[in-house]
Amino acid sequence: MSLVQDVPKDSFRLSMLVYDTRYRSITIQVIVLILFMLFLSWLVNNTIQNLAAKDRTFDFGFLGMRAGYDINQTLISYTNDSTHFRAAMIGLLNTLLSAVIGCAIATVLGVIVGVLRLSKNWLVSRLMTVYVEVFRNVPVLLWILLSATILSEATPTPADYRVTEAMIAAGEAPKASMLLDDSVAITTRGINIPAPLVERGLPRLELGPISINSNMLAFLIVLGASLYGWQMLRAHAKRVQEATGVRPTTWWKSLAIVVLPTLALLIAMGFHLEYPQLTRFNFNGGIELLHSFTALTVALSLYTAAFIAEIVRAGIMAISRGQSEAAAALGIRPGRTMSLVILPQALRVIVPPLISQYLNLTKNTSLAIAVSYMDLRGTLGGITLNQTGKELECMLLMMGIYLCISLTISALMNAFNRAVKLKER
Amino acid sequence: MKKSVFLGTLSAAALVAGIAGAATLDDVRSRGELICGVNVGLTGFGAPDANGNYQGFDVAICKAVAAAVLGDASKVKYVPTTGETRFTALASGEVDLLVRNSTWTFSRDNDLKFDFVAVNYYDGQGFMVKKDLGVSSAKELDGATVCIQTGTTTELNLADFFKANNMSYTPVTVADDSEGQRQYLAGACDAYTTDASGLAASRATMPDAESHIILPEIISKEPLGPLVRHGDNQWGDIVRWTYFALVAAEEYGVTSANIEEVATSTQNPEVKRLLGLEGDLGAMLGLDKEFSKRAIAAVGNYGEIFEANIGSATPIGLARGLNALWTQGGLQYAPPFR
Repeated sequence: MSLVQDVPKDSFRLSMLVYDTRYRSITIQVIVLILFMLFLSWLVNNTIQNLAAKDRTFDFGFLGMRAGYDINQTLISYTNDSTHFRAAMIGLLNTLLSAVIGCAIATVLGVIVGVLRLSKNWLVSRLMTVYVEVFRNVPVLLWILLSATILSEATPTPADYRVTEAMIAAGEAPKASMLLDDSVAITTRGINIPAPLVERGLPRLELGPISINSNMLAFLIVLGASLYGWQMLRAHAKRVQEATGVRPTTWWKSLAIVVLPTLALLIAMGFHLEYPQLTRFNFNGGIELLHSFTALTVALSLYTAAFIAEIVRAGIMAISRGQSEAAAALGIRPGRTMSLVILPQALRVIVPPLISQYLNLTKNTSLAIAVSYMDLRGTLGGITLNQTGKELECMLLMMGIYLCISLTISALMNAFNRAVKLKER
Repeated sequence: MKKSVFLGTLSAAALVAGIAGAATLDDVRSRGELICGVNVGLTGFGAPDANGNYQGFDVAICKAVAAAVLGDASKVKYVPTTGETRFTALASGEVDLLVRNSTWTFSRDNDLKFDFVAVNYYDGQGFMVKKDLGVSSAKELDGATVCIQTGTTTELNLADFFKANNMSYTPVTVADDSEGQRQYLAGACDAYTTDASGLAASRATMPDAESHIILPEIISKEPLGPLVRHGDNQWGDIVRWTYFALVAAEEYGVTSANIEEVATSTQNPEVKRLLGLEGDLGAMLGLDKEFSKRAIAAVGNYGEIFEANIGSATPIGLARGLNALWTQGGLQYAPPFR
């Protein structure tokens, strides 16, 4: 006790806020925070004042009003009587569709190219180098425009598919004909493919504003259950193998478990394909993949795959040679060395920069306007913004949505990263 | 991160909003230059010529206002704007005046806070198709793919027209006229729709103009005119009366060629007031007496501008139609100069 009392009881003086190292950092932080808040309030105040000076209001009421315009690619039902909010959702889904498919293609392609670039085959590795350098050193917008131009200029018009009676009489063939047993037509506008349809479908599930296709849902549930069953079968086979040393034959059981239930469901529902038919102006029926969507997604995938290839290559090269030598010494074949030894270890180097590439690809989908693809930027940030004149609201909303998408991707990928990273115990 | 993004937006918005001032006339004078928002490129209305100088029916109004305010029709800086960027450019003060074949609508006038000062071209929305498509009426376009410029009134008219006629269509949304033409010519759409005048202008620049036809249906009213920011009435009046001076000049037979001769010989008090020989109308606008005379001398009267840029002698070949003077059965009419 006496020791404590010996410490001189220094009374607190104001100057200590600056000169005493115990308080100085707090002082600086408080000052910075105050300045930051002042700056923030100045910005908000300035915005409000300027809006008032221009007699403009700041509200999101326009989202509930009738949109009045049409969109050419709608994943959920939409007419020009729907609201601006619905139009924004259509745009958001189109953005996500392009981003998800783009990320998937880019990943697969990127990993293949990254591995092949390290190939000992001179020609293959050089070809991959050329691909990577060409794609990542040209702005992605140019790739998008180039693919859109190729798709729309190098394809036949719908009219080229038409067969008139005069042509039959003269024995002429039409300028263009459908591919794959008259099921696929590629025109200047898009790629028409058959659509899966069911005769005896289940009613749609109406959950408030969301309407779910229950046929698709049933299909997914059955498929999921089959795959789960397949996993169980494989786990059982593995247990038997570990216990007895003999792996039971599973291929026909696997096939039956995966294929039969889904096939039975499809037959029960009366599954058939609807083929595209040429009508007065366009192909109708089936599914039309618009060239704007294809061009955007393909260009973004090829561009991002070039970056992912470099990331994969760097990840593989980060694994010491000793690992593959050890695997070879154990008699593991080169292909399996890559998939069982090298890639799992490389993943922890690959995943963090991969997140950035996914984020880039997702944000780059906003270049869609260059090829008239109606993404979020095209609906909410394009037509809605223009027709309502709510620039500030639309821009803030759009930035908020892109931010949410990006943060979600980051969170998911970080969780994946935690799962694959080296566990240190 | 969230905060910084929000901040960035706000600061950008605040900066943009901060520029817009009230007294546009003073700004233009002190700058010595009029900043005019025009079309990125619509032949006949507003497009750069072979030497890169902007020419056209809309551009002539920019020149007339510059001549009236600054005394020199060449003191104009042209800012090319698309259908999407034009209104932001005007609202933010980036341009003093927007003359970009923009349709006068209720919401643009009131909600977007602009003032349409006049209608320099009475137009309507039409369709253009390739001749070999065998379509002779817009009502036959059921199921067609239609190219449409985004950010325009035509986008909404198109939806209304097809709905009213119980037809379906697929829209292909393009950013501007040149992209629309490219897509249309590449066959990405069956029909291209925009203002009929714009269709005529586009068709004139196509390599095979004869193989495209403009369908007879006009599906909307598109009064196109110059516009300014709401709230600066003096500037709005200057643009309005400069335009009326051009219309009045045609009515009284004053052209850029005979203006000096008319000024010395005329006995008509209205013409004298128009040319600033009598009274002091210019002072009421904050300009000098001869503002309208300079405007007419620089670009000619309304009829001259029309014929030189989009009239029947040009490749665009538009007839006066609704845009004839009221004395000729049209709608162009200037209130009295007194």
